[in-house]
Amino acid sequence: MAFLHTATGTSSGPKSGIKSKSWTPYLLLAPGIIWLITFFIFPIISLASTSTMVRPEGAQIGTYVQELRFQNYIDAFQANQEQYVRSFVYAALATILALAIAYPLAYMIAFKSGKYRNILLVLVVAPFFTSFLLRTVAWTQILGDEGPIVSTLKLLPFVDESMRLTSTPFAVVSGLTYNFLPFMTLPLYASLERIDPRTLEASGDLYANAFTTFRKVTVPLSLPGVVAGTLLTFIPAAGDYINAAILGNPNTRMIGNVIESRFFAVVDYPTAAALSFTLMATILILVTLYIRRTKTDELV
Amino acid sequence: MANQKVSQDTGDLVLNRISKFYGDFKAVDDLSLTVPDGSFFALLGPSGCGKTTTLRMIAGLEEPSQGTIHIGDTDITTQKPYRRNVNTVFQNYALFPHLTIFENVAFGLRRRGIKDVKTEVDKALALVELGHLAERKPGQLSGGQQQRIAVARAIVNRPEVLLLDEPLGALDLKLRRQMQIELKRIQMEVGITFIHVTHDQEEAMTMADTIAVMNQGKIEQMGSATDLYEAPRTAFVANFLGQCNLIKAKVQSRAGGKAVVTAKGHTFEIPLSRVSTENDSILLGVRPEKLRLDDKGVNSIKDCVVTDRSFVGTSTQYLVRTPWDLELVVFEQNDEGLHDLHVGDKVSLEWDPEHTFGLDGAQDVNAGADLDDEE
Repeated sequence: MAFLHTATGTSSGPKSGIKSKSWTPYLLLAPGIIWLITFFIFPIISLASTSTMVRPEGAQIGTYVQELRFQNYIDAFQANQEQYVRSFVYAALATILALAIAYPLAYMIAFKSGKYRNILLVLVVAPFFTSFLLRTVAWTQILGDEGPIVSTLKLLPFVDESMRLTSTPFAVVSGLTYNFLPFMTLPLYASLERIDPRTLEASGDLYANAFTTFRKVTVPLSLPGVVAGTLLTFIPAAGDYINAAILGNPNTRMIGNVIESRFFAVVDYPTAAALSFTLMATILILVTLYIRRTKTDELV
Repeated sequence: MANQKVSQDTGDLVLNRISKFYGDFKAVDDLSLTVPDGSFFALLGPSGCGKTTTLRMIAGLEEPSQGTIHIGDTDITTQKPYRRNVNTVFQNYALFPHLTIFENVAFGLRRRGIKDVKTEVDKALALVELGHLAERKPGQLSGGQQQRIAVARAIVNRPEVLLLDEPLGALDLKLRRQMQIELKRIQMEVGITFIHVTHDQEEAMTMADTIAVMNQGKIEQMGSATDLYEAPRTAFVANFLGQCNLIKAKVQSRAGGKAVVTAKGHTFEIPLSRVSTENDSILLGVRPEKLRLDDKGVNSIKDCVVTDRSFVGTSTQYLVRTPWDLELVVFEQNDEGLHDLHVGDKVSLEWDPEHTFGLDGAQDVNAGADLDDEE
């Protein structure tokens, strides 16, 4: 907005005295604004209005009328509390796991990879060349009863013969972690790579050993990447339903699965819409608290 | 415990035959050096001469391929940087961008668990006159202020040796002059050994008690600024510090405390104490400001021609061609004795024997010339 003001403000001609507006900024913004209005603002309004609708007595399935029934939200939440909480727990677990895997990886690429840096970065994004769905289906093979992991684990003495990994919470969290790993790795890499290696040398010169240097200099300086990476992982993971649908069982359903089945299977639009809004609002609140807490805005 | 280590008596820094190889490349080649405790020492040389590598070995950021480094009686050759009582002011400062100025300066004290952080930091900030900026972040400071914080951050630890890696390189000329004086003042106040790495000969001469001129991984010559300027022992030193006229000559006799040499039929005298070679083929050296446009002296060249003249305020600089087509530089002070010559005028040159020096004639006449403006 700020630059709109300056653009119009400076273009007022001093000679004519008439305020001639420059339309260039608006023209440049137009495609984006039209796109957002059509595919974001309009659906959101429509979703909001659907969320308070009611199906009249005896009407056909899928017919709803607007009655501004906000009780829909409470009903929807109460009926699906379990899946709702599970979504955030799974998303949080996947985010923590992804961070634990991605940080050393990004650190290695940023500081130790030398001439292999670009190849490694390509490898990080390489999974995107295949569809999200296919990659998740592939995990049913990897974790399957006859798959390499289960059969290897069964060789261990304390592992039960009946052990399985598919259709477990473990499989869902693993799938989430795997699918969003690049979103964690890339921002982490970007912020680690920006650290001046001389600040790390300076830390060593000022009596900090390698571990203290990591804790006091590397981690704080990479915090913007940590925040960006965790958000890019947590937000889509919380709303994801493909991993739970393909790798889970009825007891690992996440809120995304509920919304999906309410919309497409049960054709209960108001509940689906209310759940979507609740999910959005919760994520927004959590993200705001998180950013406040980490004080990333003060960095750099 | 760490506290005691710091307040312990410090000693001279001794580099004993250290070398650093990168593959076949010898960055530092069998270098020995003693820096007396409490002195302001400069390592001067063109880029790539090995001065920064030497500094990094003292800091512990590189390990020597050969040789040892001692401070007093302690061998620090393989000690980790965070265990050495040596601190560095890095090129471009390397301040921690996420910490306030106060915390930047306090960093080393906190790592060693020193109690009275606040007092120490305040003292260090007062020393560089930036106490009022304690709560700012490095990004909010100017280059000169960041430079002084980098000095404070290192000095607050009272190291036995403070290393400065081209500390003024990023500053503009005026600020650099100011900081040279400032650093000199700080060094005198704290009495810590300063080792200053620079490619700027003027900077080294202004600040350091002792200068070691480095070239290709070796020390060419070491001494005070006056020694190096007035009595260089190699062509590299003669050319790298200021300007110099070098004339190829042959020694005819060495007797009575003086050497008599000839060049293209002209005979010159040099005090034997100022001849640094046994070789009979020598380079006769004389600084431009020591040459006079006259013909009475013992050492003189007649029938020269002025080929260029430029007025630079305090002096006029002439290029004068000798009868055998060698161009010599002459600086003449702008006072009442000024000759005011023009291009094409015939002149004679003369200078005192005690302003002459004799170098080994096997060297390249142009070694070290036009190197000081690199980087």
